[in-house]
Amino acid sequence: MHGIDKLHEGNVKIYDVFTPMPIHGIEDKLGIKRSRLGRVAFCFGLTGTITAVAMIWYMLVLDWPMNIGGKPHFAFPDFVPIMFELTVLFCSFGMVGTYFFVNDLAPGRAPRVMDLRATNDRFVVAIDAKENPYHDKIDSILKEAGAVEIKHNERKYVSYE
Amino acid sequence: MSSHHESILREPLITGENITYSRVTEDILVPVENKPNKAWWIGFIISAIGAGLWVFAVSWTFWFGIGEWGLNKTVGWAWDITGFVWWVGIGHAGTLISAVLLLFRQNWRNSINRSAEAMTIFAVICAATYIISHMGRPWMFYWALPLPNQFGSLWVNFNSPLVWDVFAISTYFSVSLVFWYTGLLPDIATIRDRATGLRRRIYSILSFGWNGSVKTWQRFELVSLILAGVSTPLVLSVHTIVSMDFATSLVPGWHTTIFPPYFVAGAIFSGFAMVQTLLLIARKVMNFENYITMFHIESMNKIIILTGSIVGVAYLTELFIAWYSGAEYEQYAFLNRVSGPYWWAYWTMMTCNVFTPQIFWFKKVRTSIAWSWILSIVVNIGMWFERFVIIVTSLHRDYLPSSWVMFYPSWVDVCVFIGSIGLFFTLFLLFLRVLPAIAMAEVKLLVKSSSDQAKQKLIREGAVDAGEAAYYQESLEKFDSVKPRVAEYEKA
Repeated sequence: MHGIDKLHEGNVKIYDVFTPMPIHGIEDKLGIKRSRLGRVAFCFGLTGTITAVAMIWYMLVLDWPMNIGGKPHFAFPDFVPIMFELTVLFCSFGMVGTYFFVNDLAPGRAPRVMDLRATNDRFVVAIDAKENPYHDKIDSILKEAGAVEIKHNERKYVSYE
Repeated sequence: MSSHHESILREPLITGENITYSRVTEDILVPVENKPNKAWWIGFIISAIGAGLWVFAVSWTFWFGIGEWGLNKTVGWAWDITGFVWWVGIGHAGTLISAVLLLFRQNWRNSINRSAEAMTIFAVICAATYIISHMGRPWMFYWALPLPNQFGSLWVNFNSPLVWDVFAISTYFSVSLVFWYTGLLPDIATIRDRATGLRRRIYSILSFGWNGSVKTWQRFELVSLILAGVSTPLVLSVHTIVSMDFATSLVPGWHTTIFPPYFVAGAIFSGFAMVQTLLLIARKVMNFENYITMFHIESMNKIIILTGSIVGVAYLTELFIAWYSGAEYEQYAFLNRVSGPYWWAYWTMMTCNVFTPQIFWFKKVRTSIAWSWILSIVVNIGMWFERFVIIVTSLHRDYLPSSWVMFYPSWVDVCVFIGSIGLFFTLFLLFLRVLPAIAMAEVKLLVKSSSDQAKQKLIREGAVDAGEAAYYQESLEKFDSVKPRVAEYEKA
């Protein structure tokens, strides 16, 4: 965290940070905006509710109205459970699907990790060497901030063969 | 690292010394990255035999029909629905731990949520198999879904709780699965980055290309939070709807408004008992004592006593309302439960669910591993009997005394039930082998704030009140059985 502040002071642009677990507050430091997934979830949830109402209305009112225990065809309270379940179902699947899509997560996707230990116990601050001049200066800032090691990678990612 | 400051009076969530992030990874991945030990093999073989028995008994049911079960004209639902409700109930703890405790910011959920969620999924699988096989013609199961069909498109009856149940259980299963798997991604990535060869390839596919960048984590946390938010009412709705299968009928003993809350409490009660049963063994066999501490066990016991007492109040309320209602059929149904031919089932239920869990009021019992384990089994038995009592004793003496009968399970009933337990354990043991049983990324969050070593460091630095520090040390020594064991390891 301290290192990130220092890098900002030195006008160094950070490409990304890779960590084995979420670090709270780091988004603000890196100027990452609040995620809009909440709104996505809400929209999907609403879609689910509407789907449920529309489906039940079509089936029990429009397509084949039946007398069930003398109740009205559109016996609203009876349909609340299914409306709720479909809301939850659509909301979860829609949101998680969107999450996978925007973060490019899919089965078989090549994992683009900077360092194999970044999912274990290392915290990687990646800096694009092309965009930032004065590499020595960056190195010294990182060292001062207590970096365990500084790697100059030729390739963007360590990928698997 | 973490901005979260915790009182020194709180018991640590991670014990042991020299816990680093990599140590967490290594400790938790021991069962995944090594060949299984003897205990695992013994457990697995026994469970697999059970699962084989299940396959046999269910195939038998499919082949010869449900006439092979002990059901008769009066008792049309017995062990099948008992087993179904029992398993669905057990499946409630996982989502409760991962969702409700997340919303309440209970950090102790972090090390038990993964295995509890896995358990949920396996329990719901067991429950679903009961539903499918009790249909008689299981290949027609899709009739329960609102699909266009050749009968003029005769739709399902959305007024029926049984149809609600189809939606509730399938939503619950799929949402739990998604929740569980999303949470697994970072941990699968950890395994991937430590593995080589084919293992790396497999875990790479499973990890969806997870890389742990800031944006991924930020969205991940939001996704977890929202999933927790929608799963909380979901988990409550599932058993509510299961209870409505009974409550909306006109059978005395079923037709009561108390059912939804009473079933939900019972479900959480039995779910936590099953989590306790499994984790107490898992932590021992897999050396997870540093991550699943006495505090976790005690917290679960506290939930067991709370929900057990709610269930107890519900039993008494049922009896009171039956008497107070003045409805003679209702009164007879309950009199028959308490003192009829199934009195032994009722009193087993009462003893196991209401009386014995009360011993957990004693801190000595609550923090004893042996007691916790025994009582968790007792609760599991009690909750099975609860469902049996509700279902069979309400049915076996109906409005027409000439059709009063007793229910006797056939060997197929017994085999399906024992087999389903075998199936559950087989799946659970396989899970322990291939996926991390503790959410590593989430436990790593606690290393700096809630671990014993972090607290000891604060005490050494004199950053906390001396009296509080002494209290902390004392309670640690008194109740946490892990401490001396760690010392032993270091000597060796």
